[in-house]
Amino acid sequence: MKKNPILAAVLSILPGLGQLYNKRYIKAGVLFILFVSFISVFYQFLATGIWGIVTLGETPREDDSRTLLAQGIIASLVIIIALIFYFVNIRDAYNDAKLINSGDFRTMFQRFRDTWDKTFPYAIIAPGLFLLIFVVVFPLLYMFFLAFTNYNLYNSPPANLLDYVGFDNFRNLLEVDIWRNTFFSVFTWTIIWTLVATTLQIALALLLAVVVNNPLIRFKRLIRTILILPWAVPAFVTILIFAAMFNDQFGAINAQIMQPIFGTNIAWLSDPFWTRFALIMIQTWLGFPFVFALFTGVLQSVSSDWYEAADMDGASSWQKFTQITFPHIMFATAPLLIMQYAGNFNNFNIIYLFNNGGPAVRGQNAGGSDILISWVYKLTFETNNYNMAAAISLIIGAIVAIVAAFQFSRTKAVREEGER
Amino acid sequence: MNKKTKNRISQVIMYTLIIIMAVIIFYPLLWTLGISLNPGTSLYSASMIPEDWSFEHYVWLFTDPRSDYLTWYKNTLFVAFATSILAVIFVTLTAYAFSRYRFVGRKYGLYAFLILQMFPVLMAMVAIYILLNQVGLLDTLWGLILVYVGGAIPMNAFLVKGYFDTIPRELDDSAKMDGAGHFRIFFTIMLPLAKPIIAVVALFNFMAPFMDFILPRIVLRSSENYTLALGLFNMVNDAFANQFTRFAAGSILIAIPIAIVFLFLQRYLISGLMSGSTKG
Repeated sequence: MKKNPILAAVLSILPGLGQLYNKRYIKAGVLFILFVSFISVFYQFLATGIWGIVTLGETPREDDSRTLLAQGIIASLVIIIALIFYFVNIRDAYNDAKLINSGDFRTMFQRFRDTWDKTFPYAIIAPGLFLLIFVVVFPLLYMFFLAFTNYNLYNSPPANLLDYVGFDNFRNLLEVDIWRNTFFSVFTWTIIWTLVATTLQIALALLLAVVVNNPLIRFKRLIRTILILPWAVPAFVTILIFAAMFNDQFGAINAQIMQPIFGTNIAWLSDPFWTRFALIMIQTWLGFPFVFALFTGVLQSVSSDWYEAADMDGASSWQKFTQITFPHIMFATAPLLIMQYAGNFNNFNIIYLFNNGGPAVRGQNAGGSDILISWVYKLTFETNNYNMAAAISLIIGAIVAIVAAFQFSRTKAVREEGER
Repeated sequence: MNKKTKNRISQVIMYTLIIIMAVIIFYPLLWTLGISLNPGTSLYSASMIPEDWSFEHYVWLFTDPRSDYLTWYKNTLFVAFATSILAVIFVTLTAYAFSRYRFVGRKYGLYAFLILQMFPVLMAMVAIYILLNQVGLLDTLWGLILVYVGGAIPMNAFLVKGYFDTIPRELDDSAKMDGAGHFRIFFTIMLPLAKPIIAVVALFNFMAPFMDFILPRIVLRSSENYTLALGLFNMVNDAFANQFTRFAAGSILIAIPIAIVFLFLQRYLISGLMSGSTKG
């Protein structure tokens, strides 16, 4: 008997009915039960969630806007997933009807196997995806919504309700004096910090990788192991140790190096300039080994034929470096180097652990060495300016996304070149 | 100037550079070791080369009733094992699907992984706090573990997928001919052949809890739940100069095992990263 695929699809608006029409009784039963139980279990939750995310609550003290927002986001995610299943159900009825028309000789067992084959990749991704959605995606969405509310110390649930305020937080960031001053000085320093610290790391790593790779140098393995040490020791330990060593009064740097050699103490932790200077030096110390290891790996893979050919042509070492070594290294590691810049842009640990973003600066509510991400931390956990913290996070996110997009176009280019 | 003297001079310059770097690298590390051997807990009176050195801080960490060091060590080991095992399970399954199957959303899934690995977990800390609070996992080690595993998926799945891609497809095709199912192929072909990268994923996820302090700081509240990194951080943060020698001793005890494991493994990480980032 011929089936009408369109009719099967339309009937599937009530899940199970289309499959019933196709005489796939087991499938129809399972789908219908799933549908009914989904509606009956989740209906209340979803309805509250949607109401919550739209209104953020109506009665102060009874409705906690934070919880409602979280519930609303989860409800939206559940609805999206349910809708995907719903469309799969409709498509399935449509395809089944078509298959029957063209003569489907598979036994029921074979049909089960085919379904299992088709859904297998989704099934094994599901657990990881589930965790990823709740631990990574949900929090980012939450942050997104928070940036458009008025959630701060003076207006916090459950005593008060939150409201959506549109782009007010972003406007404040640009128009209110203290926010604007702080934002621009923190932003400038973040950019300088990212560019200078990362570039220094890369330059030092390049110099050392080339030097150690030189045939005149012996004990290469030992030297490489020593040079990688700063990467091997947990960073939070070394940063805290540096913080003690750079202490203005009793730190080893002042006592053992600055005093004896230059006869003066430097205010490493109380002068913004010197804190920033020290931070860049420490980050270079911490960060160069990774890049060094990368470069060393690449250097060992550069074919010696090229250098021999260059020698034949009478090329100088400098020419060999600029014409062969440098382009080769950069091409092979560019995506990872971009990640280094992105990593330092959000390098919270070093800023926070070294001097807690300090020293304090007059006329702004961030410290002299605070970068955007450590400022967000302070706004969140010290002054409870959740809305502003979220707004700044969004700006960070936008910048990261731009870098990521750039990264894409690169990896894509690389991939198309080496497409199998 | 002939070639030989020229080589000699550049050799001297290069060795000088390497020696300077070695001094800069070892200075803070040896300083910490020296400080940890000072008797007395104050940093003010401690010196890099103590006159009468002692192991009293190491003994204190393990034996004194006021010291939670062993509890922290135990917590960290628990978190590290659980994170490592769960991460390997989730990551290899995800990577298997992305490497061997063509399905709707595969390409965008890969892109999403690339983007998500660039966002710091820190950006979303308020939401993580609220989420864990709602499901009752705040101030528990399991809450911490779940966040670690979730955060590890994008980056590591990418790495492992890159490695799986290098395993010839003919192997699983012929296994399929012999009637092997999806999981059979996964367990008997993919996993054994991908041992090196799986070892790397397992070990790096094992070491992460030893090095991270900011997430425990947000998630954990009570001292008996602290991990090592958070406990040590609070040790210097609460009474900076008064406990510094103890902190130094505690740090040495984390740094040495981690550094040793790390030095053995870093070349696998590098090769994994390189292949993952260029193949995609």
